[in-house]
Amino acid sequence: MSQTVEVLRHQALDKLDKTTDSDELAQWRSRYLGRKGAVGALFGTIGKLPKEERAAFGQQVNALQSELQKAFEEREQLIREQLLAQDLEEGEIDITLPAYPRQMGGLHPATRTHREFQTIWAEMGFQVYQSHDVEEDDFNFTLLNLPPHHPARDMQDTFYTTNPRVLLRTHTSPGQIRAMRELGEGGSKPIRVILPGMCYRQEQVTARSEIQFTQVEGLAIGRNIRMSDLKGTISEFAKRMFNTNAKVRYRASYFPFTEPSMEVDIECFLCDGEGCRVCKYTGWLEIAGSGMVHPTVLRNGGYDPSVWSGFAFGMGPERITMLKHGIQDIRYFWGNDLRFLKQF
Amino acid sequence: MLVPISWIKDYVDIDIPVELLAEKLTVAGLEVVHLKYIGLPQAEVPGVRMPRSDHLVWDREKLLLARIVEVKTHPNADKLVLAMVDYGGDELEQCVTGASNLFEYKGQGEINPPIWGAFAMEGARVWDGHSDKPRLMTLKGKELRGIYNKSMVCSEKELGISDEHEGVIILDHEERYVAGAPLADILGDVVFDIEFTPNLARCFSMIGVAREVAAILGVEMRYPSFEFVAGGGPIEEQVKIDIREPELNPRFTLTLLRDTEVKPSPFWMRHRLRLIGQRPRNNIVDVTNYITFELGQPLHAFDYDKLLDRAGGPPTIITRLPEAGERLETLDGLARDLGVETILVADTAGALAIGGVMGGGETEISESTRNVLLEAAAWNNISVRKTIKEQRIHTEASARFSRGVHPSQSILGSSRGIELMRQLGGGTVAAGVVDAYPLRPETVTVAVPIERINALLGMDIEIDQAVDALRRLEFETRVSDDVIHATAPDHRLDISPDPVVGRADLLEEIARMLGYDRIPETIMADEMPPQRENTSVFIEERVRDILVGLGLYEVINYRFTNRETEAMLVPDGLPSSLPDAEYVEIVNPSASERNVLRHTLMANMLETAANNARYQKTQQLFEIGKVYLQRNAVLPEESMRLGILLTGARDQPTWRIGDAGDALDFYDLKGVIESLLGALHIDDFSYERATHSSFHPGRSANLLLRRVQVGAFGEIHPQVGQRFRLTDSKVFYAELEVAPLLRYQQRLHKIEPLLTTPAILEDIALIVDADVAANEVERVIRQAGGRLLKDVTLFDIYTGDPIPPGKKSLAYSLTYQDPERTLTDKNAARARKKIVGAARRRLRAELRS
Repeated sequence: MSQTVEVLRHQALDKLDKTTDSDELAQWRSRYLGRKGAVGALFGTIGKLPKEERAAFGQQVNALQSELQKAFEEREQLIREQLLAQDLEEGEIDITLPAYPRQMGGLHPATRTHREFQTIWAEMGFQVYQSHDVEEDDFNFTLLNLPPHHPARDMQDTFYTTNPRVLLRTHTSPGQIRAMRELGEGGSKPIRVILPGMCYRQEQVTARSEIQFTQVEGLAIGRNIRMSDLKGTISEFAKRMFNTNAKVRYRASYFPFTEPSMEVDIECFLCDGEGCRVCKYTGWLEIAGSGMVHPTVLRNGGYDPSVWSGFAFGMGPERITMLKHGIQDIRYFWGNDLRFLKQF
Repeated sequence: MLVPISWIKDYVDIDIPVELLAEKLTVAGLEVVHLKYIGLPQAEVPGVRMPRSDHLVWDREKLLLARIVEVKTHPNADKLVLAMVDYGGDELEQCVTGASNLFEYKGQGEINPPIWGAFAMEGARVWDGHSDKPRLMTLKGKELRGIYNKSMVCSEKELGISDEHEGVIILDHEERYVAGAPLADILGDVVFDIEFTPNLARCFSMIGVAREVAAILGVEMRYPSFEFVAGGGPIEEQVKIDIREPELNPRFTLTLLRDTEVKPSPFWMRHRLRLIGQRPRNNIVDVTNYITFELGQPLHAFDYDKLLDRAGGPPTIITRLPEAGERLETLDGLARDLGVETILVADTAGALAIGGVMGGGETEISESTRNVLLEAAAWNNISVRKTIKEQRIHTEASARFSRGVHPSQSILGSSRGIELMRQLGGGTVAAGVVDAYPLRPETVTVAVPIERINALLGMDIEIDQAVDALRRLEFETRVSDDVIHATAPDHRLDISPDPVVGRADLLEEIARMLGYDRIPETIMADEMPPQRENTSVFIEERVRDILVGLGLYEVINYRFTNRETEAMLVPDGLPSSLPDAEYVEIVNPSASERNVLRHTLMANMLETAANNARYQKTQQLFEIGKVYLQRNAVLPEESMRLGILLTGARDQPTWRIGDAGDALDFYDLKGVIESLLGALHIDDFSYERATHSSFHPGRSANLLLRRVQVGAFGEIHPQVGQRFRLTDSKVFYAELEVAPLLRYQQRLHKIEPLLTTPAILEDIALIVDADVAANEVERVIRQAGGRLLKDVTLFDIYTGDPIPPGKKSLAYSLTYQDPERTLTDKNAARARKKIVGAARRRLRAELRS
């Protein structure tokens, strides 16, 4: 073997044994096996050799290149294993150090509950209909069978505006009339809508009462809508919303815009109806007011009440959110304290 | 209304536990919100849940009815007496007591007519009458001033009936009383607290509740007698009635009791009134209250002699509207100005009472009254409502008349009232009733086919069931051809003569009597309405999701504000950039700082940020909500806005980077906006320098979609920030109209194919004048770079040595890529040359080497 080759071989393998990491390996490789490396340089000397020596020398250089390549790969493998072993051995961190906080956003709880409502009702064919916050007295009261001085007007403390005909809606029900008139095509088409929105009542703001609150109202009109449909539909909603087979209780009640009217209670999902502080030890939670649409309201919406019938219901998402999460103070909702909002 | 079950049992037999009755009433619409137990145990009824009551249950062996036979002097104490009590034992029991109301019997020997007391034997559990806090005690024998005592006669407080502890309970004699009977059988009771919805005016009395109970239980009502014993001359000669406004006063009746005695009512009357929360006064006034609660027909008693004096002879009662400027001093001692629509009870000398609301002071019953003229009338409920609102008076009478009392009840009230007064005070009732009844309500008969009832209920009931339900509620019914003709009883005003509305009224009554729980639950079989696309809802929710994904929290603020707060958004000396519209102003705000509806979300958002600043190092908030712009239409324009607010540190402090992170700035906000627009696939947007006065003039911009302004954003003007107490860090805010976002978002955007050809990346740094806008440079680069230039990213801005003063260096990384073929360095070099050339020509830019 050529001495030059042999010297290089020794030197190269010797250096290779001394490499300890991938940088040194890369250096070694470029020095010996790279395009301008030592082995390449030997190839360059072939042409200067006597013709008869060229073949043998070439073979030796080729062999050297293969040998070094193989040695390199072995060394690389070895170092990789050593490094891996070392990393596994020594690379331990303090897993109890605090996490880097990720900045997450969040929906307001009222929006979250509204979405749950909308999703469940959409599955039952109820679509969203949006209406005004600032309403005419006629729509908020008179057309809903609450003429001026009707005793039930006292059930709702109303914000009036400087225009005596105009007020802040006290409930989403005026949307019933608007939906019937807009979608009913002169009382000729069935309707299934929910009417979500902000409502307003003139009250003292306390832990239990707010001057603005959201409501979700539902309305179904058809030629063959029955009280049993109302019960079936609300029970179905309660099952999906509260994810239980809780019993539902229907109580006779009174709303001027429905007749018959009923309050809907579900068995308290916090105590399974055994009685707790939240349900005031009655075992029931009031979740909705409902009823068959009053004939006068149907008429005011353009329908003939001797042919058409319908049901309507109204619910308070904040109240339901409070029940679900044990929120004691309704002022949290529009207080927008991030310490509250970040808990959802 | 408080309803003692003992009272209801006068009219209807109840053979179910009161707890079950409460549940049945509640389900039938008379919501029983509380049960107060007096002495009786609370029953456990399967299926009925009630809060557990911690009242005293009277021991049937040790708490007894006892006759107080004699009251003797205590030999050693003036403030004590010895009550000799017959409790059914072999001997009289001697109770040492300080009860003040027994002293009047002291030393009289055997008391006659007999009186009765509530007797507690040794070992009985009672409430401690001397304790301020409720405390139970067990009676034990001990000496009281030298006399051994082991039992007692009880006060109401000791038995848990009321807080009364001045004297002991003294019952007037009744034939049925037997010494030693368990007290629970005599005074044990359960008092329901019932809330009535406005449609239940007919139930606003004991008889009204009893009727519902009878109907629910399917048993007969037992009405009290409405007959009275008359002995005097005909009343017509002694008083006349002149109704001038029959619409407001459809009926007025009068009865007269002569030579009666005004004195305290007997125990049973006082006891019942106290149970329902009324204070007993005297027998005449007590009867007016009693009948108001028993029958729901309020009564008013006049001192007849005072009327005689005023009129100078037999009076004429006139009901009329006030004369101009007329005033009346009412029983509560207030001199009242009377509104033009206030219906008055008057005589020829002037006003006596506000009809259906409150009597006047001058003719009220006093201890010296001998002759009582009793009014029972009917008043228009709307007129009464207006009066009580105007005068701010609320009485038991007005509470009933404002809901509606059927005129048929007047005569029942006068008859029963005058007879009770006679029984309690003695005297002679004049023969007959003066009854002026100018306006009779029509009798309402409603026809409803059973088929329609079943169609609306969604069930299949027999016609007999429906008829039975109505009959139990005292409707008169007739059936022909499967149609029920039902005539409403004369205590009801709530059944409509409109045939369709009347049907709904009947349907409700039938359903209530059947029980709502018996109506089946079905899935709607009706035709499905045409479905529509709710684009606005979808997109609005999508905007929320995008912003939440960008790390923002949604807030929902009050939609109220006040003018001054919004005016704070305009710095001194600058024109307002708020919407040019009137405010919707609330005439009866709950607080003066919330007296208009907002024109912008900005003030609410800044207030929210200020409230949170104490606890939060970083705030990234948004709200989607309406503003209300009053223009010429009746209703304001309700415009949906998006407000975005960023302030504080960009990163949360961590142990890695320490507390010294950067503050959020303008470009963070711009990033939020562009991410939002990107996610909505809105491409055609641009900016211009903002002119909105609430923002820092140099650090704010208008956003334009398709070259139309849709909002402004930037750093809040420092003066505005200061006014909202936001001084710790700069506040960045955007307010955009939501409608254009909905209009220009694309849900059908095209997806770009994924390129497989390699890209060439290179950097380029241009030196330009310092005032050249960055987007100008980028536009020149993009235009010059042409089709192959896929991406341009500014990665460095540099000023200072070696860049000459007045210049800046902008460094971009450029990405070249051809979808069809592999680019060569030559292609890239050509593009680069064009870019450099264009930059030189159009921006006078130099290539930085």
